[in-house]
Amino acid sequence: MLVSVYRYNPEKDNAPYMQDIHIDIPGGKDIMVLDLLQLLKEKDTTLTFRRSCREGVCGSDGMNMNGKNGLACITPLSQVVEKDKLVLRPLPGLPVIRDLVIDMSQFYRQYEKVKPFLINDTPAPAIERLQSPEDRAELDGLYECILCACCSTACPSFWWNPDKFIGPSGLLQAYRFLADTRDTARDQRLSELDDPFSVFRCHGIMNCVNVCPKGLNPTKAIGKIRNMLLQRAT
Amino acid sequence: MVTSITSFGRSGLYDWMMQRVTAVVLMAYTIFMIGYLLFNPSLDYAQWSGLFSGTAMRIFTLLAILSMAAHAWIGLWSVSTDYIKITSLRFVFQSVCGLLAFIYVVWGIQILWGA
Repeated sequence: MLVSVYRYNPEKDNAPYMQDIHIDIPGGKDIMVLDLLQLLKEKDTTLTFRRSCREGVCGSDGMNMNGKNGLACITPLSQVVEKDKLVLRPLPGLPVIRDLVIDMSQFYRQYEKVKPFLINDTPAPAIERLQSPEDRAELDGLYECILCACCSTACPSFWWNPDKFIGPSGLLQAYRFLADTRDTARDQRLSELDDPFSVFRCHGIMNCVNVCPKGLNPTKAIGKIRNMLLQRAT
Repeated sequence: MVTSITSFGRSGLYDWMMQRVTAVVLMAYTIFMIGYLLFNPSLDYAQWSGLFSGTAMRIFTLLAILSMAAHAWIGLWSVSTDYIKITSLRFVFQSVCGLLAFIYVVWGIQILWGA
């Protein structure tokens, strides 16, 4: 099969280019895209990409495979290869450090903005702060995010305003703490989100839902933040 | 929190709500107009002029014009902050949009109450 990989080494290359590599998959097996990258790296050791857990838990190997963002380690070739060809690019919209490795500083800066930790100013009890099973269930579909950035880098609103729009990933995390009954900073959190960019740059096109490798729904969480803002203000 | 002094209501929530409320007004006006034109195929000047001489129709039309101005401002402001990265150019674009919206509102009022 033919693999076309985005290559860019700022120390050597003036501009990024696509490198075409023909490769035979051993035994014709349906391997994961990450395994394919490993085979490519054996051929050309300068090929650079991030990877760690190789089982969709760490979120290191997010990349754009034939036009769709996803985690290379849990994406089988049969799911993305078209006409025996696979185009691999870094996640779109963020600066490229080298080859498939991107600089995620802007993404993390937005994550930091939503204060992704529990705030509770009441005295700590002797045991854990308990929740009812129902209250705990509110966090399902929110806490599972692994911050791979597949969603935010698939979002045009994040491409145009990565410094102002929190992005789907950050907003999913924002709602994860807004929905937590143990958190006492709800009002303060909402005040910080009530501007024309942070939340409201989302136009609900659901690219984030389409690409999330964990099957989460940031658009729904953003809708719930909107409703919280609306209820607070009317 | 991101500050912005050029958005319609300075608040994301307010802009978002206005965009939806004005959309409903514009939809109601559009449906009314299409219905009126469909049910009056042989429309003449006297009938058309008569329609707009009623106070209710004038209020409804003015509401639609104001809604359109606000809706267009919020929408185009959003487009300009997405795509126009040069601040001075964006400010000029937003100023032109604001001026046009103002002109259309005044012109609309003149047409409604002028005839």
